[in-house]
Amino acid sequence: MQIFEYNGSAVVAMVGKNCFAIASDRRLGVQLQTIATDFQRISKIHDHLFIGLSGLATDVQTLYQRLVFRHKLYQLREERDMKPETFASLVSAILYEKRFGPYLCQPVIAGLGDDNKPFICTMDSIGAKELAKDFVVSGTASESLYGACEAMFKPDMEAEELFETISQALLSSVDRDCLSGWGGHVYVVTPDEIKEKILKGRMD
Amino acid sequence: MSQSAVDVPPKGGFSFDLCKRNDMLTQKGLKAPSFLKTGTTIVGLIFKDGVILGADTRATEGPIVADKNCEKIHYMAPNIYCCGAGTAADTEAVTDMVSSQLRLHRYQTSRDSRVITALTLLKKHLFSYQGHVSAALVLGGVDITGPHLHTIYPHGSTDTLPFATMGSGSLAAMSVFEAKYKEGLTRDEGIKLVAEAICSGIFNDLGSGSNVDICVITKGNKEYLRNYMEPNPRTYVSSKGYSFTKKTEVLLTKITPLLERVEITEVGEAMEE
Repeated sequence: MQIFEYNGSAVVAMVGKNCFAIASDRRLGVQLQTIATDFQRISKIHDHLFIGLSGLATDVQTLYQRLVFRHKLYQLREERDMKPETFASLVSAILYEKRFGPYLCQPVIAGLGDDNKPFICTMDSIGAKELAKDFVVSGTASESLYGACEAMFKPDMEAEELFETISQALLSSVDRDCLSGWGGHVYVVTPDEIKEKILKGRMD
Repeated sequence: MSQSAVDVPPKGGFSFDLCKRNDMLTQKGLKAPSFLKTGTTIVGLIFKDGVILGADTRATEGPIVADKNCEKIHYMAPNIYCCGAGTAADTEAVTDMVSSQLRLHRYQTSRDSRVITALTLLKKHLFSYQGHVSAALVLGGVDITGPHLHTIYPHGSTDTLPFATMGSGSLAAMSVFEAKYKEGLTRDEGIKLVAEAICSGIFNDLGSGSNVDICVITKGNKEYLRNYMEPNPRTYVSSKGYSFTKKTEVLLTKITPLLERVEITEVGEAMEE
């Protein structure tokens, strides 16, 4: 049994026109038993920067706490929020530091940079950054997510259409994965507002 | 105060404190995750005026293509570039680290970096980790002593060659080089040969794919031709896109408006004197 299949997860982020969307499933399981249906995988670092972590749930929570700590230190020193590209380099360095005993999670980072230009990237568990201009996926449902996003994605979508696309891609992919699902949690971020939506999905 | 209560930013280098826990999980039967590899075809050759490096752009995670257009030609110095194959995190980290060390060295010595400096820094690091840092590199550049091309293996051994290939597609690319390479190639002939070698890797090796990146380094000048050739365009794009007949059902919506920056332009009255 793979370590990433212990808890089950699905995270996806997509780029739109001056906005981005990041979505995850809500199941927390211990192998084949579901123990929670409202697990928070996506966390806010600051108003324009979100990180979604898939993989072993204990490392998801520990890594999130460490990253929030480092970002707060940065805010105190620099008196401003971290840019998404800088944050991605920070996460990559923290993961690579544990190269020979890694955190067993794969982050998906999404943020709005300068000029409200959306930025997304994902990494493997030792910090190999993978920048993309369209979408990034992670988790046990990643193979289905690759296929669904590849088919459904269009460049330069507005926030409403982007929400619909990412939700459909997420729900159709987790329906084909036993270990993830039980609803969806989507954040669509534009320069003016953050829209957080909880989706109704199959509860099996 | 105990050490572990304060999580200060580390001083650098690797940290092994999760190894025991990961070993315990492996013993309980949970297999370790696979890392992002760059299956890869990377090549380099020396031509009349300098060095040409080439690479494909596919990054794989097991059998899945994780990134269809990644960058495998890494910057080391203004006159030195390095292609990387193997575990993606290792090639990125090692080339970034040596690139920083070279810059500090340039500040100290007030001279342009030499290719053998980069070579020695890389091989010392890789040898000290006995091959566990899995980075196979093709290093090329032009310095005061002329053009140089080296290959570096994960265990720390190096070769100095007029033409070199590395990665899973190295055999496919080497066959093209062995057949067509000659000394004193011109720039256009060199680029054509490198593109052909990478294409043979892209089409014949499953671990390599997508586009061809090329970097031409000559004395005092470098040209990074990103996506020089795109022999695998997407042929099935639907211009209409996907139309969803049934909308997703939303259970809960929460909107957080972000503070807008309001510019106050007031024509104020002059202060009374």
